[in-house]
Amino acid sequence: MNLVTTQVTVMDLIVIAPALVLTGCALVILLLSAFVPTGRRGFLGYCAVAGVVAAMASLLWGNDGAQSGFNGMVQRDPFALFFTVIIGIITLLTILASLGYARREGIDFGEYYVLILFASVGMMLMAAGGNFLIIFLGLEVMSIAIYVLAGIMRDDARSVEAAFKYFLLGAFASAFFLYGIALIYASTGTFDLTGINRVFTEQSSIRILPIVITGLALLIVGFGFKIALVPFHMWTPDVYEGAPTTITAFMATGVKAAAFAAFVRVFWHALPQLQPYWVEIMWVLAVATMTVGNIIALVQTNIKRMLAYSSIAHAGYILVAFVAGNQLGAASILFYLLAYCFMNIGAFTVVILLGKKGEERTLISDYAGVGSRHPLLAAAMAIFMFSLAGVPPTAGFMAKLYVFSTAIQAGYYWLAVIGVLNSAVAAYYYLRVLIYVYFREQEGESPITQFAPAAVLVVVISAWGVLHLGVLPSAFFAMAQRSIQFLR
Amino acid sequence: MIDWVWLIPLFPAAGFLVNGLFGRWMNFDKRVVAWTACSALGLSFVFSVLVFFSLLQLAPEARAAVPDRVLFDWIVSGDFRAVVGYKVDPLSIIMALVVSGVSFFIHIYSVGYMHDDPGFTRYFAFLNLFVFMMLTLVLANNFLLMFVGWEGVGLCSYLLIGFWFDRDAPANAGKKAFVVNRIGDFGFLVGIFLIFAHLGTVEFTGVFAKASTLDTTTVTIITLMLFLGAAGKSAQIPLYVWLPDAMEGPTPVSSLIHAATMVTSGVYMIARCHVLYTMAPITMATVAIVGAATAIFAASMGLLQFDIKRVLAYSTISQLGYMFLAVGVGAFSAGIFHLMTHAFFKGLLFLGAGSVMHAMSGELDMRNMGGIWKRIPITFWTFVIATLAIAGIPGLAGFFSKDEILWQTYNSGHRYLWLVGAAAAGMTAFYMFRLLFVTFLGKCRASDEVKKHIHESPAIMTIPLIVLAVLSVIGGYVGIPHVLGGRNFFDEFLAPVLGGPPLGSGGHTAFSLVRPAFAAGGLAEEHGFNMEIMLMAVSVAIAVIGIGIAFYLYLWKTEVPKRLGERLKGLYRLVFNKYYVDELYEACFVTSTKRLGTFLWREFDDGVIDRSVNLVARLMLGIAGVLRRIQSGRVQGYALGIILGAVIIILFLIR
Amino acid sequence: MLLNYIPVLLLIGVAIFFACFAVAASALLGPRQANQTKGAPYECGMPTLGPTHQAVPIKYYIIAMLFLVFDLEVVFLYPWAVVFRELKVAGFVEMMIFIFILLVGFIYVWKKGALNWE
Repeated sequence: MNLVTTQVTVMDLIVIAPALVLTGCALVILLLSAFVPTGRRGFLGYCAVAGVVAAMASLLWGNDGAQSGFNGMVQRDPFALFFTVIIGIITLLTILASLGYARREGIDFGEYYVLILFASVGMMLMAAGGNFLIIFLGLEVMSIAIYVLAGIMRDDARSVEAAFKYFLLGAFASAFFLYGIALIYASTGTFDLTGINRVFTEQSSIRILPIVITGLALLIVGFGFKIALVPFHMWTPDVYEGAPTTITAFMATGVKAAAFAAFVRVFWHALPQLQPYWVEIMWVLAVATMTVGNIIALVQTNIKRMLAYSSIAHAGYILVAFVAGNQLGAASILFYLLAYCFMNIGAFTVVILLGKKGEERTLISDYAGVGSRHPLLAAAMAIFMFSLAGVPPTAGFMAKLYVFSTAIQAGYYWLAVIGVLNSAVAAYYYLRVLIYVYFREQEGESPITQFAPAAVLVVVISAWGVLHLGVLPSAFFAMAQRSIQFLR
Repeated sequence: MIDWVWLIPLFPAAGFLVNGLFGRWMNFDKRVVAWTACSALGLSFVFSVLVFFSLLQLAPEARAAVPDRVLFDWIVSGDFRAVVGYKVDPLSIIMALVVSGVSFFIHIYSVGYMHDDPGFTRYFAFLNLFVFMMLTLVLANNFLLMFVGWEGVGLCSYLLIGFWFDRDAPANAGKKAFVVNRIGDFGFLVGIFLIFAHLGTVEFTGVFAKASTLDTTTVTIITLMLFLGAAGKSAQIPLYVWLPDAMEGPTPVSSLIHAATMVTSGVYMIARCHVLYTMAPITMATVAIVGAATAIFAASMGLLQFDIKRVLAYSTISQLGYMFLAVGVGAFSAGIFHLMTHAFFKGLLFLGAGSVMHAMSGELDMRNMGGIWKRIPITFWTFVIATLAIAGIPGLAGFFSKDEILWQTYNSGHRYLWLVGAAAAGMTAFYMFRLLFVTFLGKCRASDEVKKHIHESPAIMTIPLIVLAVLSVIGGYVGIPHVLGGRNFFDEFLAPVLGGPPLGSGGHTAFSLVRPAFAAGGLAEEHGFNMEIMLMAVSVAIAVIGIGIAFYLYLWKTEVPKRLGERLKGLYRLVFNKYYVDELYEACFVTSTKRLGTFLWREFDDGVIDRSVNLVARLMLGIAGVLRRIQSGRVQGYALGIILGAVIIILFLIR
Repeated sequence: MLLNYIPVLLLIGVAIFFACFAVAASALLGPRQANQTKGAPYECGMPTLGPTHQAVPIKYYIIAMLFLVFDLEVVFLYPWAVVFRELKVAGFVEMMIFIFILLVGFIYVWKKGALNWE
């Protein structure tokens, strides 16, 4: 194999354009944060916003077809583009939601935005990686940035604890993942996903080698950790609760989307021949993840923990479509992640808006009386909760509809039944929030008067996204279907 | 130009968004609100006219075959595809013209009428939303989008009936309208489901092209279900009870929604589905009989009412009955024709009633009026024109359309239905002139306080009155009966859409669907010529008799009605109380439903469902409590979990 | 299927055996002479005073980490230097970008005062 092809072509640059732009922007902000005196760094957040917008604009460079760069290391197929856009939206919304929050919590230094941008670069590489090395590189870039972000509130013990736990366990899981990659490499002799697929196609005897199966299992563990599948989920509530709320939203949506992107690409593009092995495991994991996530969420009193468990449950729903494994299933994964990013960021941003410095007010009982004090915000919260619970006409409903109908089409009736039952259970804890919001009188004073305009904008965009996807899903679903065709 | 059809509903939608979202927030001035709402409607009307004229440019056959303007896919799931798309053909464009045109003038009128209401912005936002939904309904190219409009106008109707929700009566009336309409909507929805189940599509073009594959039973059930929907929305027996109560809303709303546009959507829907209906003779008979029965029943209820708006409400129900009679005997274009002229004169009557209320400090009871015609001349004279039009006096719009319906009824062999229709026409003439005489003529019975304030409405209200009055006069001349030497442009224009089915296609032998004389050929014309003239004379005579009686009773011998009422006490009471239908419904349905509801709530809900739900909930919470303990917060435990998971997965895979 | 894992099992067995064997053998075979001097913490010098766990200033860690970063940079430079000629201009540009990125980090660290000892 010709390892050394040193000419960097224009195509290579096109392929990594968004990541390049974000990296450049992050470096500039890093330097600015070192040279601009304290107190005048408020504009750095806006620089980050501009960077994300520029990165999204850079996607216009190049056409719609499937392209790849760096000898297939990085892909720019519609699948990668879809996820790059999702990640771009998530990053943008997170930064916008942070503008007020970071100032309030005293973490509005440049590094905060730099790390978010680096994490975003990592996510994009994960989604676009056509090679295990790039996927792992992306995973680590993303993870390390997020470890730091989780603990960026240095004076808050819970934040530090979250960062520490996430780092320890994340490193632990990375080792599993890396070992899985190594075993697959050992059996096939390549890191390239297409190459691996070719080897498995050509030499069917390799498929049953124990080394391959073990590698497969370890990959599942590695991905399962990042996606927070049961039983690799236990870090989630602690970390989500302790991390700054914006970062929690970023983790719950961005990390999950990126990990799912790589997960789908690796398992469906590189290892489809092993499907008979992994499909049953996924079935069990899907059921366990949905059920455990939903049931524990029932008894949570802290809204961030509740949303953490809810995000576990949602990963379970997505896994249902993963199991179904047909064309429609893949498209519904993409649609679900898009829908999920709007409703989850929206919900977390409402949580952010209702908190104040040093007192996050994250108990569900803190939401009593919000309906009468802030009717519009309460209405937005209602939209997000209904969407998370899967009530029409919201994005969450359409997403679940697609996922479960996929499962039924593929013949996984029980999985669909369990999923629907789980949604019914889930409605309880989402609607409980609304009961507090609308039907309980609030005790004590009403603290918040000023809302950060950027965060309000995030709520509006998210609510719009949730409703738009719920009422007019077709165009987006068609887009998701187009994106997935290139993968198979 | 036709491609721009989507702009027609877009403008009212934009008006709704601007006024609805920003009106209160940015505290718009009333003038801004009014200009936004009216100009949205004006633009919508202008575009309707433009589309209409570009449609006229096409050859008659091509007009019905304009490709649908599909904006985007709305729901796609497997084989099911619903789009947001608009259909332009003679039928839909006439509806769009009527809706946007009449709405435009009623909007202008409302600016004056609602001027001092604190809910000014909300009112115009709702009104714009209504027009958007109504235009969606009439322009939709598939059943599902039509249903969206259908529900949307229902919602707006509910919101606007209960516009003054701080009083009990409007709030209850809104609720009643909503509940009664649900029954109809249920039928409509079932009809749509059946169509999709049997034909696999909900788009009009596809459904009507494949309709011939349906067997008679299926198509009968489908059309009956759709008719149930139409009966709910258009206030036909037995679902008419909500419309009189709906008069609790602001008067321009009654005029726009509950007279000119929304309530006629049932007629439009049946005309739109005429392909299905002509295949189902039983349904056609049902529609015709229900229509005729409603026409006379409602007319009789209007005879003795004292509330001006209620008289007009019963009159509306009765006129809608006429339209259903027309479509029921297969005279679809006659039904649409009457729909159009009715929109003009009934809209005008309601606006006139609003103007009277305006003059009389909100008085509605005609017993407290009289002799005011000199004080409000414009209102009076436009009211006279509308009354003449609805009574069927030759030369005005109502004459042409009503006469066409009666002639078609007779000509298609429904002699008894003709008789019923003619009798209802007589009653109509009577109660309308009774209304006119008692309200405007005679001596004034108002209190001195009110008397002092009687004044003509401002120009912004009287100009719409005048415009609609002009339309009520000339609106009929687009459809002069052939027999009078005219040319029925209206029928000709609609013929490409509503033209009768090809001869020999079975299914309608019981009720022959003879087209208007010119279409069916010379034979029918020869035969029907004298008959048509004669029937026309008869119906005019009946109308004149009705007017004569009204004149006798209410202008000449004003003491007679009282004596008559005492002599025929039983009958008088029965009619005055609207045959006790409301009370009957209350006793039969409302009370028993409430009782069933209470029973289910007490016994079934509390006893069975709640208890089992609570049990499940307690179980779940118990499990959660156990699972929560695993979540100790110790990293070692979490790492152990990961290892155990990995080991289990590996063992499972290796097996 | 499971038979394929016998070598692994054997390896584990041998490892466990070897570990146990070494410990057991030294315990059994080695002569034992316990006395006072041998039990003391150190055979020479003074007994310790106070707690032995001392907080090391965080500066050590920062410097150590920074050292690691730039040390790895150098490690990366070696193989690059070996094939420098084959890589031609493109390789040079790429390495300059790499070094530039680290340079930005260096400037940042310097400016932030992480290199100031006091």
